[in-house]
Amino acid sequence: MVSKTKSPKLTKVSRAVSKAVGSYQRDKDMLIQILLDLQSMFGWLSREVLTEVSEQLEVPITQVYQIASYYKAFSLTPKGRHIIKVCLGTACQVRGSPRLLDTISAMLNMKPHETSEDMRFTLETVNCLGCCAMGPVVVVDGTYHSKPSTPALRKILETAK
Amino acid sequence: MANKGLSSAEELEKLRKEILSKRDPSKPVVTVCTGTACQTYGSLEIYREFADEIRKQGLEGSVVEAKPTGCHGFCEQGPIVVIFPQEICYVKVKLEDVTEIVSRTLAQGGVIERLLYKEPITGERIAKDPDIPFYKNQMRIVFGNNRYINPRYIDDYIALGGYSALSKALFQMTPEQVLEEIKKSNLRGRGGGGFPTGIKWETTRNALGEPKYVIVNCDEGDPGAYMDRSVMEGNPHAVLEGLVIGAYAIGSQEGFIYVRQEYPIAYENTIQAIKQAEEYGFLGENILSSGFDFKVKVHRGAGAFVSGESTALMSAIEGKVGEPKMKYVHTAVSGIKGRPSCLNNVETWANVPLIINKGAGWFNSIGTERSKGTKIFSLVGKVNNTGLVEVPMGMTLRRLIYDIGGGIPNGKKFKAVQTGGPSGGVIPEQYLDTPIDFDELAKLGSMMGSGGTVVMDEDTCMVDTARYFISFCCEESCGKCIPCREGLRMLREILTDICEGKGQEGDIEAIEDIAKVMQDASLCALGTTAANPALTTLKYFRGEYQAHIKEKRCPAKACKALTSYYIDPEKCTACMICFKNCPTEAIHGGKGIIHWIEQAKCIKCNTCFEVCPPRFSAVRRLSGEPLPPTPAPGTKVIREKVR
Repeated sequence: MVSKTKSPKLTKVSRAVSKAVGSYQRDKDMLIQILLDLQSMFGWLSREVLTEVSEQLEVPITQVYQIASYYKAFSLTPKGRHIIKVCLGTACQVRGSPRLLDTISAMLNMKPHETSEDMRFTLETVNCLGCCAMGPVVVVDGTYHSKPSTPALRKILETAK
Repeated sequence: MANKGLSSAEELEKLRKEILSKRDPSKPVVTVCTGTACQTYGSLEIYREFADEIRKQGLEGSVVEAKPTGCHGFCEQGPIVVIFPQEICYVKVKLEDVTEIVSRTLAQGGVIERLLYKEPITGERIAKDPDIPFYKNQMRIVFGNNRYINPRYIDDYIALGGYSALSKALFQMTPEQVLEEIKKSNLRGRGGGGFPTGIKWETTRNALGEPKYVIVNCDEGDPGAYMDRSVMEGNPHAVLEGLVIGAYAIGSQEGFIYVRQEYPIAYENTIQAIKQAEEYGFLGENILSSGFDFKVKVHRGAGAFVSGESTALMSAIEGKVGEPKMKYVHTAVSGIKGRPSCLNNVETWANVPLIINKGAGWFNSIGTERSKGTKIFSLVGKVNNTGLVEVPMGMTLRRLIYDIGGGIPNGKKFKAVQTGGPSGGVIPEQYLDTPIDFDELAKLGSMMGSGGTVVMDEDTCMVDTARYFISFCCEESCGKCIPCREGLRMLREILTDICEGKGQEGDIEAIEDIAKVMQDASLCALGTTAANPALTTLKYFRGEYQAHIKEKRCPAKACKALTSYYIDPEKCTACMICFKNCPTEAIHGGKGIIHWIEQAKCIKCNTCFEVCPPRFSAVRRLSGEPLPPTPAPGTKVIREKVR
């Protein structure tokens, strides 16, 4: 049973890795770029993905893990269905984004950088999205919300099932 | 098509003439800013609506044209729409305005008054964007072309004289002459270091070892700064042209552009620009048949602030962990794979074609004695006109913040301006007349840096600001060297304690001691400069630190642990606004019943303070004083009859 459910998934991972590695002509210098592509494809980097990259690119797993754990763009745990990003760049900070983060945190009963148990939300913080004129900014699933009021936030979070 | 694979300077000029001859300067063109900020306001949909509407009204083709452009800079007023040739500027345009703009302005040349920029003080409507004070006081030599260019379409850049500097360098100048011109221009690195670009180029050129590399640093990580992104997004060919010219002068055949992965539009536009430049013969083998070869690769950064440091960036390009190395030998001599590597910032490269075309003398005529040319700043925070501004070096902070930025919103008082990002510092009001350049701001303990300029008003706590930057660096420190890793951790602990009212005698001295060690002993610039925000806030706002430590009071009423919220029962009209907005249901009361805050539930999010209508101003913030008694539950509002 186990092998039946696992094997198609494995081939999916190895196929994806093979494609990503191939698109950079198996160039070891491109390890970061390959991992970025896989991160955006899967939303996170599983152990299988990392092992597969190590084997296919012929780079030690320690080096792959070192890169994956060092850079912020990579996640080694799966993320929730809805990703909330609160900007804590200086401009948003000055305009009160830490309070906005507290508000969202209190509403969802979650700390920053956590994923809810039901995998519904991941609450993240970012350092500057470069739309400082809108600050403080919250991005929910890629949609930007400028200075959202508490009722507006409630609505946004409620509609994200 | 004849316009591909250009093989001489003459062919380029012929193509330019062809492009221009097809363009009628009197034909109305509507440009929609599609920079990241305007896109978040929905400007892409507005652009599409324009294209549709023009078709619907039968004006497509030769009559009018819609064009998406890069960032215009006036982000506060986005989405921005500018109609050429009249230069009519419409601000805060909505989807439903499009039909009217097409039928009235594009088809008939009429101006729609309500969409024009309104001068906040006089209330006067200004039709043309060069007349808007925000633009009028700027000098947009690098950034100004953004408004004419569709960044994904190379012909727009060529029409404005693009790649003529490259052709001039390749056919009329030797590499030595190009290098000499850059040296004479006194161009200094725009990424923050301010190192003379010409000298850096010369070092790489003279260094032993092949191949040599040239690199564009677009890993702009300072929070609150987005100058480089907007240039890379809005005018990628200017950067590419500068890079190829630099490579020619240095003797490099291979380059890299390192773009933050957080900047997807910049990445896509760069890839597209490279593709088109290759097709046209500005990149690749035998550029314009001059015999010079140059290719370029794009790398995405994977999210590490310290990767903007030159040695760390080069490690990242090699596919390794982006940790800084000791610079016994400069990267200009030994960089990527131990080869000579010349790294310059986006804005620096974008200045190169201008200098080659107009000459070092022209460039030297702009700016101060030791800082030449212009600088792009991202003016953000508590300022009316948030956006990107380009001004000649030497403009005073006051003119930047008041004449261009339009001053502080909501009648608040200016407190400080933070420049130079996490490595910079705060500058208080008494120094507002300081001219901005590489050296003057450094004298005040801050720096010009890459151009981040964050304005702070009376509501910003300086201790909290220091804590913010120290925490930022603490998280971004790679942890390789102890002074930076441990020093930042200790500073963060002390500053957090002070903000939480747990500060003690001796904390200020401890901050100063740790900062000194970090400055002296850290490995890279992140560590040596990381304490600057703490040191400058201490230098100019020591009293605020003392108030936190001795009186357990936050003068700006910003530190949560030291501030309480209180509804004045005399002023509360029980309007329910704060009641409805409170995220934790800490506010009690009801319709006609005076509101009061249950302190145990209050998370001090400031929402009630912000939403309470100014005519009531019933919500008060208290710090360092006892909380007045709350009214008995159920106390009714006694409304006075309006006479």
